Amino acid sequence: MSDDSLQVFSDEAEDLLEVAEQALLKLDDLNDVKETVGDLFRTFHTIKGAAGLFGLNSIVEFTHIVESLLGKVREGVLTVDENMVSLFLASRDHLEKLVENALSGADSLDDDLKKIDANLVTRLNTYLGVSTGQTDSGEDGESNLATATTQEKNGVASDNWHISLRFGPNALRNGMDPYSFIGYLPKIGEVKSVTLVEDAIPEWCDFDPENCYLGFEIVLNAPTADKETIEDVFEFVQDDCKISILPPHSQIEGYIKMIEGLPEEDMRIGDILVACGALTSSEKDNVLNAQDHITDEVTASDSTQKVPPLGEVAVEQNVVQQEVVDAAIKKQSDLKKKKTNAQQTIRVNALKLENLVNLVGELVIGSANSELNARRLADASLNEAMENLLRLVEEVRDNALGLRMVQIGETFNRYKRVVREVSRDLGKDIDLIINGAETELDKTLIEKIGDPLMHLVRNAIDHGIESPEKRKASGKLAKGTVNLDAFHDSGSIVIQIKDDGGGLSKERIINKALAKGLIQENQQLSDPEIYRLIFEAGFSTAEKVSNLSGRGVGMDVVRRNIEALRGHVEIDSEEGHGTTISIRLPLTLAIIDGFQVRVGDAQYIVPLDMVDECIELNDTLRGQDENANYVNLRGEILPFMYLSDVFGSANEIDKNQRDNIIVVQFAGKKAGFVVDELLGEHQTVIKPLGKVFQHLKGISGATILGSGEVAMIIDIPEMVKRVEDQGQQQNAASQLIH
Amino acid sequence: MQNATLKVDKEMIDEEAQQCLTFMLGGKVYGLDILNIKEIIEYSEITEVPMMPDFISGVINLRGSVVPVVDLLQRFSSRLTDISKRTSIIILEIRNDDLRIELGIIVDLVNEVLDIKQSEIDPAPSLGNQIETNFISGMAKVDDKLLILLDIENVLSVDELSMVGSIQDS
Repeated sequence: MSDDSLQVFSDEAEDLLEVAEQALLKLDDLNDVKETVGDLFRTFHTIKGAAGLFGLNSIVEFTHIVESLLGKVREGVLTVDENMVSLFLASRDHLEKLVENALSGADSLDDDLKKIDANLVTRLNTYLGVSTGQTDSGEDGESNLATATTQEKNGVASDNWHISLRFGPNALRNGMDPYSFIGYLPKIGEVKSVTLVEDAIPEWCDFDPENCYLGFEIVLNAPTADKETIEDVFEFVQDDCKISILPPHSQIEGYIKMIEGLPEEDMRIGDILVACGALTSSEKDNVLNAQDHITDEVTASDSTQKVPPLGEVAVEQNVVQQEVVDAAIKKQSDLKKKKTNAQQTIRVNALKLENLVNLVGELVIGSANSELNARRLADASLNEAMENLLRLVEEVRDNALGLRMVQIGETFNRYKRVVREVSRDLGKDIDLIINGAETELDKTLIEKIGDPLMHLVRNAIDHGIESPEKRKASGKLAKGTVNLDAFHDSGSIVIQIKDDGGGLSKERIINKALAKGLIQENQQLSDPEIYRLIFEAGFSTAEKVSNLSGRGVGMDVVRRNIEALRGHVEIDSEEGHGTTISIRLPLTLAIIDGFQVRVGDAQYIVPLDMVDECIELNDTLRGQDENANYVNLRGEILPFMYLSDVFGSANEIDKNQRDNIIVVQFAGKKAGFVVDELLGEHQTVIKPLGKVFQHLKGISGATILGSGEVAMIIDIPEMVKRVEDQGQQQNAASQLIH
Repeated sequence: MQNATLKVDKEMIDEEAQQCLTFMLGGKVYGLDILNIKEIIEYSEITEVPMMPDFISGVINLRGSVVPVVDLLQRFSSRLTDISKRTSIIILEIRNDDLRIELGIIVDLVNEVLDIKQSEIDPAPSLGNQIETNFISGMAKVDDKLLILLDIENVLSVDELSMVGSIQDS
């Protein structure tokens, strides 16, 4: 088995387990359990089937038990309770580990896994064991109705052998005559029926007369023969031919497996059932008639109502076992699903996508270079062609970046599980409300934001929301709420975690910070500054350490992780009413629209999304005070700074030249930066500056200009903070003077 | 049979000898193990990175990737390298943890590649030198001239470079 196909299995299993988790969580709060359990059953069944294909026995065995329990629930023998859901969730997690284990190439389970495996199996069996006693009688009655002659509990009615034959395309070329095999069968027993399956015959234009396209479904009455004798008949063709032989009264599972193994796609359920021998032809005809009849009635009464599928009709009339029909239905719906899915999504290796985005980046730089040269030549037609090209490049860029955009909803949904479990552990009743799940974000960002978010959500549940008693005492609803919101805001994406809990206690934070030596006594701190302290390393105000949080290792890691993504965290809180933590992240890590400016000799890029406007810095704007570091912008105070001061360009500022202020906005704060020249828009491919510059603040990256020169990208959030700090310092200074 | 022994001998010699690129910097001859060197390019305009110490000259565009360039002379003796027609940038690959980082160094003039036998290399002298001894992996005498072999992992320790940047910043 190749690693590639195993990887595909693992990807699929991962997706399916994801689906399973969502379904399990739905079980929790929905009363309409039936459909969900059906979904779950199918999901686990698919995993089992796929694992069987790879011979991953540990997965098959375990899934089988889970599936059996789900089966009981679906049949209504058992009802779901919270503990069972928890058990299913645990089983799901265990399966995830098993899949990982299989992917790593391990042949057997290590001791830890084995222990968990055994533990879960025992718990699952407890449910199953209890149920068997109760159900046997009921089920017997059912099966008696279905098949009077059934001897074994799960066996089918037919007491004939069933042989399913599909000859390989090379059978004729190899000198095999399909007829001779069937012709030999009467020597073993009585051939009851032979059904020709000719679905494999292609369009006549593709038909190769030397190929064999035939398949047969044979019902053989041979009470004396054993399986080996029948197998021996087909000995010569078994290599390039698909054969399944089912003994009389064989288990339903055998049929299900066979149905799944059949290559035919468009075969109707009826045909499959007949082919299986689960139904005879005449039985099927009866069923078909019955269905026609119902169809007539339905069309007469209500045309929108769905025609019951043939399978259900068959079950209603108790001609076939539910499971056999389910397997057939599942195969059909799987086929349908596969077809529609193929149109909607394609799995692409993330590396390929990354390469594409990198190439598009080079394309953008290359086109900027061409544009520069075209402009210099001043050839009208060349410039026009260039314009067209640039527009296309821009579109290509947007599309390529769009490929990496993923909705954040999937990540958010993961937290439902966390909230459910953690709140139960803590004895709290908490609702998670998700808004803006459709907000799109770069895939790499989503992957990296997952853990910090998880931490913040846990914190909100553990420290934020109070116990129900305490909530009632302070006049709130006993049920706490945690909001997870995502939305776009001027070139960033904002993720907010909001709880309606106790809020942060400023007093406690200050006391703690003093005790830890993080701040000095008498130090004046603004509210945001106080809240920011909780992101310092080793800071935790929770008096008791639970197993969830309170060790104080988390928040500084959260902040560092977010800052590594060029993001920012902010906290807002009102004591007694709750806390809101906002995370701001750049939309993408690859290509942005930039605004090019010159400071001294160097050129810089400001992310265009954050640029509000550009104005001339003249005397009227500046007002009387020459040295003030703020201007009056249409009645608003706009703090500003000279970029040349920060970036240390030695050039004398030319007094005659007009100074420009770029007004930028970040997180609702405005600031101005004085630059020497505005150069216009520039498609900016962000190149990381690498490890050497990892501690450099104020510059978030570099880009390559059309001329081949490198320009620095200004870290606006950091610079806005600097302007703010500078303002505060001056305030403090002026206070000292007065 | 004889061939085989010859071959073994030659391999032993190869093993002992180290190939070094020699270059001039501030009037001295330095050598660098050739295994660290990716390429040598002509000096081109370097974009300054603000708020970084002087010995980090800035960054260049090396076929689409942004590569930091270090002024070695500045690092050794606080003198800026004069740019002349023969000034070159040697692009090196430095290992940092599991990453390979590209870095450029400015040199006055690139000389040649020399085979230097292990026996010709003396350990770094501990005194009387302008540059820190842990920058030097050894001294070699070639044609009566003294050649300083640089320990590039120490000279361009990425952790140290970035630390210096952060100190300067604060």
